Amino acid sequence: MSELAAEDFAPQRVHPARATLKRLFHHRLFVTGLALFGVIAIIAALAPWITDVDPNRLSMRNKFLSPNGDWVFGTDNFGRSLWSRTVWGAQLSMIIGASVVALNAVFGTLIGAAAGYFRRLDNMLMRVNDALMAFPAILLAIAVTSVLGPSTLNVILALGIVYIPRTARIVRSSVIVLREMEYVQAAVAAGAGHWRILRHHILPNAMAPMIVQLSFLFAYAVLSEATLSFLGVGAVPPTPTWGNIMAEGRDYMRDAPWIITIPGIALMITVMGLNLLGDGLRDVLDPRLRIQQ
Amino acid sequence: MIRVAIGRLLSALPVLLIVSLISFGLMRLIPGDPAAAIAGISATPAQLAQLRVDLGLDQPLLVQLLRYYEGLVQGDLGRSLLLGKGVFAATMERLPVTIGLSLYALVITLLIGLAAGIIAALRQNSIVDQAAMMFAMIGISVPSFFLGLVMIIVFGVHLGWLPTGGYIPFSQDPLGWLSSSTMPAISLALLQAGLLARITRSSMLEVLRQDYIRTARAKGLPMRQVILKHALANALIPIVTVVGIIVTLLVSGAVVTEALFSLPGMGQLLTQAVLNRDYPMVQGGLLLVTTFLVMVNILVDVLYAALDPRVRYE
Repeated sequence: MSELAAEDFAPQRVHPARATLKRLFHHRLFVTGLALFGVIAIIAALAPWITDVDPNRLSMRNKFLSPNGDWVFGTDNFGRSLWSRTVWGAQLSMIIGASVVALNAVFGTLIGAAAGYFRRLDNMLMRVNDALMAFPAILLAIAVTSVLGPSTLNVILALGIVYIPRTARIVRSSVIVLREMEYVQAAVAAGAGHWRILRHHILPNAMAPMIVQLSFLFAYAVLSEATLSFLGVGAVPPTPTWGNIMAEGRDYMRDAPWIITIPGIALMITVMGLNLLGDGLRDVLDPRLRIQQ
Repeated sequence: MIRVAIGRLLSALPVLLIVSLISFGLMRLIPGDPAAAIAGISATPAQLAQLRVDLGLDQPLLVQLLRYYEGLVQGDLGRSLLLGKGVFAATMERLPVTIGLSLYALVITLLIGLAAGIIAALRQNSIVDQAAMMFAMIGISVPSFFLGLVMIIVFGVHLGWLPTGGYIPFSQDPLGWLSSSTMPAISLALLQAGLLARITRSSMLEVLRQDYIRTARAKGLPMRQVILKHALANALIPIVTVVGIIVTLLVSGAVVTEALFSLPGMGQLLTQAVLNRDYPMVQGGLLLVTTFLVMVNILVDVLYAALDPRVRYE
């Protein structure tokens, strides 16, 4: 009879991160979302290599060409290549979306953690937060970009100001719950400092709802940026953003509907991909909030 | 209920105070000289000096702030540079258009969102459920201005069913208002309908799992009655809180819709003000719209307390 070692009965050790990834990649919504978003992200990253015409090069001879063999997505009213403009627009959307997400990850966490952990700061920080959230999002973004001046950087700042309070609120509500947990109390009793408790005991456990929020936020940021440039207060034309292309194509939508349709569909794919991705992340990381049951 | 109303009004005061401070600070955030930014490069030094006096920018910041609040208390929000009339009067002229559009969109949102959510929950995991959730996903992913543009091309230009823009006041011609507002309202409502369908579905599923639903079915009540009397009534309570958020989103979204369909509402007024650097209008209009939305949300909270006794006694 062979000797059985204790290890044979020990549960298989799977790294938690790996287990989560495995569950994510078995989640239909997540995989679909990742695929949709991934395609746009890859196209955006490869922009310099997959376009051969400058997105702003005018060519009046070639204006209003519908999609054909030479011009995959056709041309606009100035004969600019819509393939180039849409692809470079994707890159700008990704840069703006990622920057807004990064701003939110940093400042949303800082403000949310400070408000949730230090009771004395809570009231003050949350009142300012509530006030910023009371403004209609797009109107506040328009007002801020108009004050700062229209540019890509200012669009990022404006969207940061609009969305950081929402992220901070989510981080705060996790931190408030975690602060009262016994293991945190134990850490306090053991003499750990505030910074150590926040960094090692609270924030890692508050990450799940925030990651979910950030994936939806990416979608909002891309959508809002397109809206701002469509209204004429975003990145200055002729910068190729999806919103700008659609705003310029609006006057010709009767005869050249592809000018607005192509960036519109690209925008839709991106936002839908991110929404599906967010749904999947929520189901796996934060099952209490799941919508698809 | 009155206690809830008073409590909510009191807690809204600091928020409104900060909202007014932010609105005040906005114009002071303009890099460089706000007067120069407003007047443009062609302005003479004399014009600039006059503008500074008109806007009170020649005063110290604290004096400006005090005057601002003095005005607010008297209902004076300054004058629009572009329209040459009071900000309050200009807002009151335009706000009904936005409110009308938002209400119309709210009705569409509730009809589609609730129906889709309830049907999806009752037929969980069926094709109907999946179709409804697919529709909701498309709803929350299509930018409203893109949907609006596509609708203009299809229903306005090709089929000629509905006007592509322009506005007919309800008081002049209710049917005309309906036809000129239908496309804007639908394009505005779809996103919210998608959100609401998702929330309704999960709220309904949550309720259907409760013990009292099982009891109701076990004692032999017809399914219809169980759903209508026991499930729906309870599933709708948390949804009432969402209505306040939906109204905020609708008013925010109306900015884009109004620009697209050239409706003379608040959104168009503020977008024009922004594009023409009419900062007093931007500042005052933003404050008024936000105050209005805070009030709507208080109303929703009070309504919620009236519907759900648990909230009243907390």
